[in-house]
Amino acid sequence: MAKIKTPEDSPTVGLFVTCLVDLIRPSVGFAAVKLLEDADCNVEVPLAQTCCGQPAYNSGDKADARELALNTVAAFEGYDYVVAPSGSCAGMLSHHYPELLGDNPDTAARARAFADKAYELVSFLVDVRGMKEVDAEYMGQVTYHDSCAGLRELGIKDQPRKLLASVQGLKLDEMEEAEICCGFGGTFCIKYPDISNAIVEKKTANITASKTDCLLAGDLGCLMNMAGKLSREGRQMEVRHVAEVLAGMTDEPAIGTKGGDS
Amino acid sequence: MNTAQSRQFVLDAIRGALDIKSDDTVRKATVQKRLKAHPSNLVPEHAKSSGDANLELFIEKLEGQSASVSRAVSTSDIPEIVAAYLRENNLPAEFRTGSDELFERIPWETAPTLTRHQGRGQGSDAVTMSRARTAAAETGTLFLTSGAENPTTLNFLPDTHIMVISRKDILGSYEDAWNALRQVYGPRTLPRAVNLVSGPSRTADIEQIIVMGAHGPRRLHVIIVG
Amino acid sequence: MKPQSHAFKANVAQALTNEPLKKALGGIKHGFVANRAKARTNLPEFEELRDEAKAVKEHTLAHLDLYLEEYEAKVSEAGGHVHWAPSAQNARDIILNICREADAKTVTKGKTMIGEEIAINEHLAKADITPVETDLGEYLVQIRDEPPSHIIAPAIHLTKAQVESDFRQLHTDLPIDRVLDEPGQLVAEARKVLRERFLAADVGITGANLLIAETGTSVIVTNEGNGDLTQCLPRVHIVIASIEKTVPTLEDANTILRVLARSATGQECSTYTTYTTGPKRPGDPDGPEEYHVVLLDNGRTEMLGSEFHDMLRCIRCGACMNHCPVYGAVGGHAYGWVYPGPMGAVLTPSLIGIDEAGHLPNASTFCGRCEAVCPMRIPLPKMMRQYREREYEKGNTPPLYKLGMKLWAFAAKRHRLYQALTGLAIPLMARLGKRSGRFRTFPLAGGWTRHRDLPAPQGKTFQQLWREKEAKS
Repeated sequence: MAKIKTPEDSPTVGLFVTCLVDLIRPSVGFAAVKLLEDADCNVEVPLAQTCCGQPAYNSGDKADARELALNTVAAFEGYDYVVAPSGSCAGMLSHHYPELLGDNPDTAARARAFADKAYELVSFLVDVRGMKEVDAEYMGQVTYHDSCAGLRELGIKDQPRKLLASVQGLKLDEMEEAEICCGFGGTFCIKYPDISNAIVEKKTANITASKTDCLLAGDLGCLMNMAGKLSREGRQMEVRHVAEVLAGMTDEPAIGTKGGDS
Repeated sequence: MNTAQSRQFVLDAIRGALDIKSDDTVRKATVQKRLKAHPSNLVPEHAKSSGDANLELFIEKLEGQSASVSRAVSTSDIPEIVAAYLRENNLPAEFRTGSDELFERIPWETAPTLTRHQGRGQGSDAVTMSRARTAAAETGTLFLTSGAENPTTLNFLPDTHIMVISRKDILGSYEDAWNALRQVYGPRTLPRAVNLVSGPSRTADIEQIIVMGAHGPRRLHVIIVG
Repeated sequence: MKPQSHAFKANVAQALTNEPLKKALGGIKHGFVANRAKARTNLPEFEELRDEAKAVKEHTLAHLDLYLEEYEAKVSEAGGHVHWAPSAQNARDIILNICREADAKTVTKGKTMIGEEIAINEHLAKADITPVETDLGEYLVQIRDEPPSHIIAPAIHLTKAQVESDFRQLHTDLPIDRVLDEPGQLVAEARKVLRERFLAADVGITGANLLIAETGTSVIVTNEGNGDLTQCLPRVHIVIASIEKTVPTLEDANTILRVLARSATGQECSTYTTYTTGPKRPGDPDGPEEYHVVLLDNGRTEMLGSEFHDMLRCIRCGACMNHCPVYGAVGGHAYGWVYPGPMGAVLTPSLIGIDEAGHLPNASTFCGRCEAVCPMRIPLPKMMRQYREREYEKGNTPPLYKLGMKLWAFAAKRHRLYQALTGLAIPLMARLGKRSGRFRTFPLAGGWTRHRDLPAPQGKTFQQLWREKEAKS
């Protein structure tokens, strides 16, 4: 669906922080704010947000998922855009809300309107705000994992690579099978931990084989899964959300490390 | 449940699931129209080639599927091509064909080493020969029709299968090929078997490694006449 | 076969420690996956053809009763017999009757998933009729008394060494010192052994990739030619096919075939595509004297028009499993029945019930690769989710998991409560994890920490920090 570009020079963006960023890695949220402000957006963070409801939705708990979705829709009414630093959550907002709330004409219309203004962070910066480069520096070789929902639901592939190419000192080396699932799958990794492990083992083997120092991706869930596995395997690999590098905010210790431990 | 009841059970279940009302004239008309007109869906651009390009495509696709191809100017070249092919592959100069009039027209006596047997395929056949009725260059596929002229068993039992096809019978798409067969057999009618063959038999069932000659012919040689 | 889908977790545990299986599954990406990608690139119209193929099936399903009647009429006109089988038991009875009437001792079989679904081999064997699988992969699993582990590559889980060992054990009349190091040698041996079986068989059973209403024709695609020898040598040919295999015309069949092989093996077309219409005609020197078609419902009509309707478009290419990370980790046997991978995760509960197959639609990361490659654009993840919803409604969700979800949802629906709770818990958790920035174990996170470390939170939540920042400015 073609999204309408608003004419204003400085649209007001409601940041959908995502529950994982909120709880585990707020620095990704601040990186997102910086990038959005660099793209001439006014950023606000509605207090009434928690989680998009995806865990309930994918567990078959439609009633709770609906309630959470309606809360989220209500929290972001009045903003020009809703932007999330996660392909998975953004996919939920823009693809699954209309389905989840489609059975009642009132909620269907609200969900549609909401979905039409909901974006994943990096694709929003590039596709909607026309961002071509970032003002950031990162000395090192990185590899990039394409998270599934971002890639296949939202078509996010070139946008992060385009912006990463503008980071001074950064060299991107693609790993094998960058487009293949890391085995996180939300609650999947808890329900079927051994299968999830077999999948992430293949992913960490590909990451390690890439001979880079740093792994980036756009979804914190996948990043925690891969970082957790890499650290259990004793690998020295810096793992970060792509927004941190694009915003030039890499002072915080990498995921799963303390300062100086990466 | 007896036969008629089973039939009714399934059909009723379908109509129930599709929520079919008693008046079904529109659906019936739709179905009849489609069967009669058999409209073509999208045909890939490359399948619409003609002339030399079409012939080149046909040969390229066939060779890409491990068949070998030779050209004959006329049917009188066929005996020497067959004899040479069998010699080069260390195969016996003996083969079996059906009763297709093409095989009757070929001057076999010009290659006296060759022995031609006739009839349906036997488990012991080393080499057989069939005439393909038509072909689609789209995927390098030959269409063989069953019958005494070219018994189906000749296509699958031998180690080496030689096929003859007239250049004018090599068409572009599957659509073209089926329309050619409709011309021969009439609307909504096919012979017992139509075999679409695009190369020698193969399998990749052991470790995904391709091996030729699983159950059908290990070699397929195609002679294009004209 | 008796379904083992309920034992999915135990099956998985076995599969994950099976080293030959791991090696075999590792080959898929260089084979099927790479070849499909190449085939797709080589045909510019591929995506459009997927839309057309989907449209063909949707049209057919909306007129399925009428096309089946047309198909039946044309088969009868050609001298064949159509038998309708509402259930698997009906189909087994029909087939056994035909075999008995033919006084059959041996039955050769082409690869048929419907045959697996109705467990025809066991049924025939009980009646002292020997079924012989002739597709090489099917033969390899039959002699091991195993079910196929992939719908187009039944023995994909086996290595060359396993096949060699099986052949040495079974083909005892062949020289002991024969060399069986290469796949070519193994294939040649199977060819020799099975050739005799082909020639001796009384009845041949094949499946059908398509049934064409226009002409009353059944279509099979093979690379080996085994399906052809199965149907042109014995005196009786039985086609078993489920009702949704129907398409209206030869043109519609073309469209499906254009996406089928490309999606399955990455070939532009299979080596052999065979269209058969009725028994041998007057004057024909070969072909079966009797031609039977068994049309199987076995749950399809219940799927028709339901939320699982789209699954009836499936053409059994196997692309979904070739591209599935879960299938790639555990293989086909873990799924416990005939249809593995994503298509099985939807089809199996549809055909044998969610109580038996409840794990299958849950065992998906929803990575979406299956839907992305499905030539018929079947929304597999969506339908898996619908099964999860059914299970949730039925109360099949594990109680502890459900309790956890409920508590979390209760809080998440109340943002003030949620933020108060997380505002207390998260900084505490961050302090606990401060030393290394991660946890090796964590209460209630055993599933996670069994295999990987859990990254610790940075400190306060984003909401806390943001509000502090706002208060300052």
